[in-house]
Amino acid sequence: MRAYVSIFRMRLLNGLQYRIAALAGVATQFFWGFILIMVYEAFYLNAGKAQPISMEQLVSYIWLQQAFLVFVILWYRDGEIFSLITGGNISYELCRPCTLYGFWYAKLIAQRLSGALLRCSPILLVAFILPQSYRMSFPPGPDAFILFVITLLLGLLVLVAISMFIYISVFITMSPAGSLLIFGVFGEFFAGKVIPVPLMPSWLKRIAYLLPFRLASDLPFRVYSGNISGNEALAGIVTQVAWLVVLVILGKIALDKVLKRVVVQGG
Amino acid sequence: MITVEGLYKTFKVSKRSPGLISAARSLFFREYIEIEALKDVSFKIDEGEIIGYIGPNGAGKSTTIKVMSGILLPDRGSCSIMNRTPWEERVEHVKNIGVVFGQRSQLWWDVPVIDSFELLRDIYKIPGIEYRKNIAMLTDTLDLGSFINNPVRQLSLGQRMRCEIAASLLHNPKILFLDEPTIGLDAVSKIAVRKFIKRINAEKKVTVILTTHDMNDIEALADRILLIGRGRILYDGDISGLRNRFGTNKTVTIDYDESSRKPQIEGTDLLSWSPERAVLFVDTQKTSVSRVITALTNQYELLDVTVENPPVDEIIAKLYKEYEI
Repeated sequence: MRAYVSIFRMRLLNGLQYRIAALAGVATQFFWGFILIMVYEAFYLNAGKAQPISMEQLVSYIWLQQAFLVFVILWYRDGEIFSLITGGNISYELCRPCTLYGFWYAKLIAQRLSGALLRCSPILLVAFILPQSYRMSFPPGPDAFILFVITLLLGLLVLVAISMFIYISVFITMSPAGSLLIFGVFGEFFAGKVIPVPLMPSWLKRIAYLLPFRLASDLPFRVYSGNISGNEALAGIVTQVAWLVVLVILGKIALDKVLKRVVVQGG
Repeated sequence: MITVEGLYKTFKVSKRSPGLISAARSLFFREYIEIEALKDVSFKIDEGEIIGYIGPNGAGKSTTIKVMSGILLPDRGSCSIMNRTPWEERVEHVKNIGVVFGQRSQLWWDVPVIDSFELLRDIYKIPGIEYRKNIAMLTDTLDLGSFINNPVRQLSLGQRMRCEIAASLLHNPKILFLDEPTIGLDAVSKIAVRKFIKRINAEKKVTVILTTHDMNDIEALADRILLIGRGRILYDGDISGLRNRFGTNKTVTIDYDESSRKPQIEGTDLLSWSPERAVLFVDTQKTSVSRVITALTNQYELLDVTVENPPVDEIIAKLYKEYEI
């Protein structure tokens, strides 16, 4: 266990080094946040009937999405693992008395966490002091906030378990481009990054609810804004745990299988 | 300590003739050729030995190392290292071994070397006292002190390689696999690395298996040589055995008072000649060294004579040629 904690800490410290990248990220996220809010503002002004999520809730949803972008996007990757696999340095990882799955899992969580830690506070800070219609609101109560933190962290675990499959697929394809694109487009769409899940037509919403992608972002963000509360939030947590277990077991089996046929060429 | 028996491993390599048409064809019909990397490889290694594992490129050296370190699953055969089969009990097995792949790196690129070491400490669960003792010993003997706090990306190749070797020994492994540890190193670093290997072998009884193309490494370190070619073990024995078999020739270098005549002695070839110095290649199956020197003494006013064994490199090249590998 100490090994996994150690690799986690190492990756976290390593990730916190990249301040300029984070700064550039923050600027981009602000830009995106404003544009999205403007678009939805126009949409809400002209929408006839009441929408399944209020404008105020949506603003919080969007800012959270921007602040915790690295918890949403599947293409946020660890290039090191890819080059380990394609370049052959995986040899060393296999010479360690650890399970590769746990090792990478700890590393990937740390990577996303460090990315989020650097990016979220400036975005959230500013989002709270913006003029009225762009301002992010507080959660409806302390219970909603606690549930938000729980769902957010569990969501991160689920997301990393999903992203493990991208890395596993590289053992077979030897190039991350394809998997990243497919997982990225498909996963992010059903996570509500393109259209927030509550605004999807009901048939599409049903599909999104069947898939695990929304558990990392849509669920915690709506818990925060009060769009999902009480029993529905608790049910969400159960779903998260169930998916987590399934994904980790499947991931471990898949990784074991590809490792059996791995051939490190040359030198 | 290590018993390898009847290892076989075949790789499938896709091939394609050059050109657009065959590229298009290969979209539908893939052609594979099978390469037999290991064919019935067997050997035994005892505790405390230093083995030089040599062979030309693509002979199967690295493949054997990978099988022994549990990374690669062989098609057939058995391998027992400290009574474990590496690929079956990988996690337990790797606690006993240290590996250096000369062409790869196990250190974290962006952080100081010492951070990578600390990570390894946690991964291998090395107790604090033992870790500090090992770090002190490794820093001292490998001379890491001046750059152990630098990020790996700022190290020279020689410095990095010394750190790699240190990293693979932090957990006191019983067996050390070194896959081309001196590749690309300068003379000073090479000597430092060799000295160090000798020392840990003597002091800690670490069994070392070393693959290299640098025959000086082998000469300086290995008690025993395993020669592999085309996936088979071709020679298993010590260096002098190799010499007796293939190194029956000598070179004789003479310095003499200026003279314009070139030496012509039966059973020898003139390798180089100048008015003051000549180098002769002596085929000891046709003539003897003493006969050659006598002949030379009669012809020249000799100032100096040197008799040398041919370099190991030449012996190996000859060996490869003889086995057509």
